[in-house]
Amino acid sequence: MVRKSAERIYLFLIFLFLYLPIGVLIVLSFNNSKSKVHWGGFTLNWYKRLFSSSSIMEAFYTTIWITLASALIATLLGTFAALGIDAMKKRGQAIMLGATNIPLLNADIVTGISMMLLFVRFTRLGMNTVLIAHITFNIPYVILNVLPKLKQSSRTTYEAALDLGATPLYAFYKIIWPQILPGVLSGFLMSMTMSLDDFSVTYFTKGAGINTLSTMIYTEMRKGIRPEMYALSTILFLIALLLLLFLNFGPSARKELHH
Amino acid sequence: MRNLKRQLLAGPYLLWMTGFILLPVAVILYYAFTTTSGSFTFLNISSITFSVHLKALILSLKLALICTVICLVLSYPLAMILNGMKTKSQGFIVFVFILPMWMNFMLRILAWKMLLSNNGVINSLLGTLGLPKLDILNTPAAVVFCMVYDFLPFMILPIYNAMARIQTDTIEAARDLGAGTITIFFKIIVPLTMSGVVSGIIMVFVPALTSFAVSDLLGGGKVLLIGNVIEQAFMQEYNWNLGSGLSFVLMIFVIASMALMNSWEDEGRTGVW
Amino acid sequence: MKKTLLLLFAILAVFCAGCGKKDSPNTLTVLNYGKYMEPKVLDMFEEETGIKVEYEEYITPENMYTKYKAGAIDYDLVCTSDYMIEKLIQEGEVLEMDYNKIPFTENLEQTYFDFSKSFDPENKYTLPYFFGTVGILYNKDMVDATKVDSWDILWDKEYSDKIIMADSVRDSFMVALKRLGYSLNTSEEEKLREAQKLLIEQKPMVYSYLVDEAQDEMIAENAAMAVVYSGEAGYALEYNDKLAFSVPKEGSNMWIDSWFIPKSAKHTENAEKFLNFLCRKDIAMLNFDYVYYATPNIQVKEALDQELQENPTIFPPKETLDNCEVLKPLDDETTMKYNLYWKEIKSAD
Repeated sequence: MVRKSAERIYLFLIFLFLYLPIGVLIVLSFNNSKSKVHWGGFTLNWYKRLFSSSSIMEAFYTTIWITLASALIATLLGTFAALGIDAMKKRGQAIMLGATNIPLLNADIVTGISMMLLFVRFTRLGMNTVLIAHITFNIPYVILNVLPKLKQSSRTTYEAALDLGATPLYAFYKIIWPQILPGVLSGFLMSMTMSLDDFSVTYFTKGAGINTLSTMIYTEMRKGIRPEMYALSTILFLIALLLLLFLNFGPSARKELHH
Repeated sequence: MRNLKRQLLAGPYLLWMTGFILLPVAVILYYAFTTTSGSFTFLNISSITFSVHLKALILSLKLALICTVICLVLSYPLAMILNGMKTKSQGFIVFVFILPMWMNFMLRILAWKMLLSNNGVINSLLGTLGLPKLDILNTPAAVVFCMVYDFLPFMILPIYNAMARIQTDTIEAARDLGAGTITIFFKIIVPLTMSGVVSGIIMVFVPALTSFAVSDLLGGGKVLLIGNVIEQAFMQEYNWNLGSGLSFVLMIFVIASMALMNSWEDEGRTGVW
Repeated sequence: MKKTLLLLFAILAVFCAGCGKKDSPNTLTVLNYGKYMEPKVLDMFEEETGIKVEYEEYITPENMYTKYKAGAIDYDLVCTSDYMIEKLIQEGEVLEMDYNKIPFTENLEQTYFDFSKSFDPENKYTLPYFFGTVGILYNKDMVDATKVDSWDILWDKEYSDKIIMADSVRDSFMVALKRLGYSLNTSEEEKLREAQKLLIEQKPMVYSYLVDEAQDEMIAENAAMAVVYSGEAGYALEYNDKLAFSVPKEGSNMWIDSWFIPKSAKHTENAEKFLNFLCRKDIAMLNFDYVYYATPNIQVKEALDQELQENPTIFPPKETLDNCEVLKPLDDETTMKYNLYWKEIKSAD
């Protein structure tokens, strides 16, 4: 009994640690004062102003767009890559994985600047350059999530299906795909998370006038953040909460559990 | 034959990788080994031995190490507790730890700054309870605190995943053979979660070593890490050669520490999810 | 599986439709400090002229230099501080401005063009935007107000751990150099070393090194005094009436943030239209209300309350300005020295 409650307390403390700052930001988004140190009463004002500010709304759409598109393309490329790498010999795998690790190991700022230096030679910076950069640092997360699932998947069943006359595509869909799907999904979510949270790479690869939430917050950081930013972040957080709740407890998740 | 065809699936990625991963690294290497006028030099690399840079590197290594140890100490029991809860959905646990990242990183750090400040919520709370003030803002302690906050999920999740994979049969069998709780822990649980621990260590240590934003925001400008030196070289001093040279050195450190960790455990790593 | 794939391709198709978008020729690419313009102003300009503004922000002049020099974006109009503009003029990166195309220039007080001569000697490259000084923002309850007239107070042990210094090389060195009675543009190694020694000596007493966040820390009363720009101080005073501002008698730095048209400009005409727009009374007023720094726009100043016009924090009086120096760009060698010394201060124990 004592142990159980000790565990509960520990768990509670860790969650408090993780969610306390988020609580603060949500509270601030309802604070009727521009200063972040005084409580000026409850207001929905920042939420209203948020929707009438064209620059913030544009940054919001850009953020969503970059996050979704980069995660999607990275998932597609990464899953194929994982399938290919899995079929390679040990040496080839080592080389591919070594290179894949680079974006994870480099400081973000180095990744960002090196990409900018490269882009400048060939094209103008714009939305596409940000997208390419995000896809690049997202792919490793997909590969590293899918590959272990592939390794765990039962190759013999797949081979057997082929021997029994299934086409490779059909056998893949029926046997491999269900086994790697959780890895693909988590790679996708991880990509979205990383993409959403990125600042350094975006800052260097974006074209003029393009802002994501992160770059906007960064330039405002020094002179005080507009409270609308807290409001917008709260909204984004709630969207994520709903999305992830749905993924976990929604109808499809149930089905998967019953498998 | 079939294998070769499957390998081709990695083709698009191979192109992508060459263009957007390897080529940029080549660019950095070029800058690292040249002067502003383009002639060859070792000076950017060797400048790591300048006392300021060396000091910054050592401080970074120290803080990253402390951060990693704290994360590990916090995460291991947590993973055991989570594993013992027998939740229906493993995904749910993962989700709880990833969710905070959907609030912008800089805003979260800023929130900690408000919480930890002299007249912040935590200190007024401690004050009313008659406890001494927590005066860590603008010190390396605050930087470590926030790094732990930021990177903790990357330690918890791999360990938890590795633990969740241990078959209860294995433990039952050991118990039937007369092994005590302590024996089971050291002989079964620890070795079987080693892969998770290793990936956790790498996923915490590496970003902690290269980070600059946390020390910028919570160190009060008094904590100079190697990440800050690099960031300043690129952003403030417009000295991309120096920045690239130091990044290159940092990369070597990162790769060396990874190789070290991997030689410890070559079973492969356990992912975050 | 097929459905998933189909969905993926559909989304990809939408994405590719987005790629094809080429920017229209009628644009204007502006680079400015963060939060240095009322966002509404951009919308109003777009509405009035049909010119699409691509608005970029940066934090320090050095950041701006990096962004500009990277050459990745063709900027049409840039706003930055005096010494950085001078550096760019020296490098031949600045185009001459045609003031005839900017009729509202007449709204700007001639005095500020005279001040601008220190970095733009013939007044042909720049248009002043906001200006101010650097001084000490202090809390009257915590600090002996009689002592704030000198930089010495920043080395007073009594205020240990209650001092916020400027997290910027030039500004911090300025404080130390001025305290020593030197010019803030000195490149003499000995003097710089002396200043560095002072700053290292001061470090244990410093609560934190900040730039613009200093105002929030002061409003929250987390520190007793801070080295800040006058504009910051004006803002902070509005929120906490225990605060006051002083420019020490040893002298300080006067800065002018101005607009210039860089060599990379592709839409010079649009840039001129925008500058004219910014100098218009109603627009300049909007920007003043938002930024709250001293404006060179005489029309705006005269429209303000008498009290605000005479507020020495926002509009530094002439005596103060006369005692101030404008920052000059440093040669490469001195810049390297500054950077190294600064890192040594930051890594000192």
